[in-house]
Amino acid sequence: MSVARFWRKQDQRYNLMGTECQVCGRKFFPNKSMCPVCHRKSIGKMNKYQFSGNGIVESYTVVHAGMPQYRSQVPYILAYILLEEGDHILGQIVDCDPEDVDIGKKVEMVFRKLGQEGRSGTIYYGYKFRTIL
Amino acid sequence: MRSGIVSYGTYIPRYRITPKDIGRVWGQDGVMMGKSLNIRAKSVPAPDEDTITISVMAARRAMKRSNVEPSSIGAIFVGSESHPYAVKPTATIVSEAIGAAPDLTAADLEFACKAGTAGMQAALGLIEAPNEQIPIDYAMSIGADTSQGAPGNALEYSASAGGVAFLFGKKDVIASVDLTMSYTTDTPDFWRREGMKYPSHAERFTGKPAYFRHVQKAAEKVMNRMGMEPKDYDHATFHQPNGKFPLNIARKLGFTKDQISAGLWTPEIGNTYSGSMMIGLAGILDIARPGEKILAVSYGSGAGSDAFNLTVTDNILSFDLGRSITVKEEAKIGRYIDYSVYLKFREKIKMEGE
Amino acid sequence: MNKLSREVAIIGIGQTKFGENWDLSFRELGIQAGIEAIKDSGIESKVIDALYVGNMSAGLFMDQEHVASMVMEEVGLADRQVPATRVEAADASGALALRQGILDIASGHSNVVIVGGSEKVTDVTSDIASEFIMAGADRAWEGLFGASLPSLFALMARKHMHDFGTTREQLAQVAVKNHYNGARNPIAQFQREIDIDTVINANPIADPLGVFDCFPVSDGAAALVLCDMKTALEYCNDPVKIIGTGQGSDTISISNRKDITTIRSTVKAAERAYEMAGIGPSDIDVAEVHDSYTIAEILAIEDLGFFGKGEGGKAVEDGETALTGSIPINTSGGLKARGHPFGATGIAQINELVLQLRSKADGRQVNNVQKVLAQNLGGTGGTSLVHILEVA
Repeated sequence: MSVARFWRKQDQRYNLMGTECQVCGRKFFPNKSMCPVCHRKSIGKMNKYQFSGNGIVESYTVVHAGMPQYRSQVPYILAYILLEEGDHILGQIVDCDPEDVDIGKKVEMVFRKLGQEGRSGTIYYGYKFRTIL
Repeated sequence: MRSGIVSYGTYIPRYRITPKDIGRVWGQDGVMMGKSLNIRAKSVPAPDEDTITISVMAARRAMKRSNVEPSSIGAIFVGSESHPYAVKPTATIVSEAIGAAPDLTAADLEFACKAGTAGMQAALGLIEAPNEQIPIDYAMSIGADTSQGAPGNALEYSASAGGVAFLFGKKDVIASVDLTMSYTTDTPDFWRREGMKYPSHAERFTGKPAYFRHVQKAAEKVMNRMGMEPKDYDHATFHQPNGKFPLNIARKLGFTKDQISAGLWTPEIGNTYSGSMMIGLAGILDIARPGEKILAVSYGSGAGSDAFNLTVTDNILSFDLGRSITVKEEAKIGRYIDYSVYLKFREKIKMEGE
Repeated sequence: MNKLSREVAIIGIGQTKFGENWDLSFRELGIQAGIEAIKDSGIESKVIDALYVGNMSAGLFMDQEHVASMVMEEVGLADRQVPATRVEAADASGALALRQGILDIASGHSNVVIVGGSEKVTDVTSDIASEFIMAGADRAWEGLFGASLPSLFALMARKHMHDFGTTREQLAQVAVKNHYNGARNPIAQFQREIDIDTVINANPIADPLGVFDCFPVSDGAAALVLCDMKTALEYCNDPVKIIGTGQGSDTISISNRKDITTIRSTVKAAERAYEMAGIGPSDIDVAEVHDSYTIAEILAIEDLGFFGKGEGGKAVEDGETALTGSIPINTSGGLKARGHPFGATGIAQINELVLQLRSKADGRQVNNVQKVLAQNLGGTGGTSLVHILEVA
């Protein structure tokens, strides 16, 4: 991922900045330019909305053979999370053993390194999750 | 009202390693080593943590505990000796990640273990400056590190990770800063050359002419000017390169164990470098009562000390501490790893293509 | 109006062996499959009006785009400037190419069309391949956050197990069955049977999925000759008729889906194909479905309507999808055992079904096959295609 490509969506990846449809009140992450429910009525009515980062695990997997850049982190936990505002998000759950994670567990957002462009390139930061103790 | 701390947040990584595990690898009696350094465990950052992530977590926690709008912060300083980038500020990432950008000034500071307290002084200065000249109402200073000791070096027993963010302002101050003074000399007790992965130190030279002299002089300067004596303070905290030095300097200055217990964290989590004295201060604020007096003295190799005289205000009673975790609570949560996992986490293993 | 304006038939099929084809380049794979299909059909190359090539990622795997032109050159059609088009929808590229060929003929624009799919994967290391494979899902909102393609299917698997009681053994049984079928298919990548314990005790990839729950790395190509029914009857007496084609799309990222125990793009593609064919799931005798991961086959047989939602695992366990079951699935061995050279898979599925309709699937032939269905998925279901065939 190039520098500009990451930078463009920094606010979303750092701060869970999504959008809210002013017509129906639905909230979306990542942000949408048009509401998939209200369609044309929502044009120009999609406002910025910051998600809290709190959610519930709806599914998870323990990744043992992942992408090469995550080799130092395997096995790591990847989860499909329902955010409390109603949209789903995909993210890693860190700082716990696989036994600590289950469907229905509450999680909160943390700020972590997502990856880097090699040792001399830029570092990508953004959201991951942690189970609430 | 005098300016001071409006809010604060701390962050300590979850992972821990014990001196015993470190000693085992290097043919040393780790248990004895831990005892002599007064360190039971040290925090270890996860492979996806660094000074930037720690700074952001601490800053976010500080913001969570206050009702200050992030956009009203006029300055953010991050003091660290382990900024992930040699060129490219940690502070800009923190600014974006707490929603303070773009209307502020930001910079990274480096002064070994006291860069964060240098930032505290800078923040106070900006707030105290006439508003028509420098219109800044809130300023944040962060001290954070993921410090490294070379494998097998004595530093490996203590060098840990953690960070603290203090938000300074004039309104809703929970602890006012009555006075801050410094003591600075050119004393090369500990350093890291550009491009080197691990720091070097001058062994026992780091003690008397370095740590002890600077901390003592700075502390005495502040006490003298304030007309205070050790017994007048409810709490004191000093930079904690290990668990032993702060006990020694406290005794030397005339403080009791009780006075320094709330601010002594290196025995539980190791030396968080730029975070060290600041975590001590945060630990004190976690339990502080209105009217209490605090002496806080940092130390940075190279060398210098910043001393602060603080008074806890009535606002501490309405401060929403519970919106985040206390130092004591977070120090307690540890996930222990062995030395081999530690090597992997700290990128001490040579990987393919390196 | 969900109808084809004229009938379209398949009159020839061809395919390379799938697997590690170290000595064959992309061009050679494509030409081998193409020539075989042309020979099988009996047509001469001068009657070919158009060429469609399904290819997922020549750009990433071989630094080469514009592969339709390359294949056409190799087939020897360059002197006639026959229009050649590359079609891409991740690993549904093959079936999407087929659909373009069908629509081209049905519109009356072309009479004879070659549709092929080809992928050369083994020229990059497996690390790089697993990165590239993720390009079929959402790089920016899944890949960057640590998702690999198998991990996304693992999330679906865990949820399916949680919601419907699907068991690890049932997932494993998909692989066992497909290896059994593959062992009876001479062009399959894996020609050996495996047992449930092998699948369950294999190296974990993304829990609950292990190595044997995942498709292998394969090179390969497949091709077929399509034409309008009138032309078809000039070449053979038993052309295979395409009676349904359906396509559906969904969000590229699974996090933008409310329910990950169903692939909505497959449900819709199937609905559209069934409607066009005027039949339902119970009319299908044999199906080739996209078992990139074992869970994907269970989702597919539910979403295609062969079994109710949540009943797929049980059906596999009960042998309903075996060669002798009520609806044999993946008689070729599926992606799991036949191999999965992304762009080629959608065409290879059709080839197997044509063999079943012709009663030429030696060793794995199902009795009295009349109507067959193929389902091909792109990524995690951003695209799904369903085709239904019968003997004319």
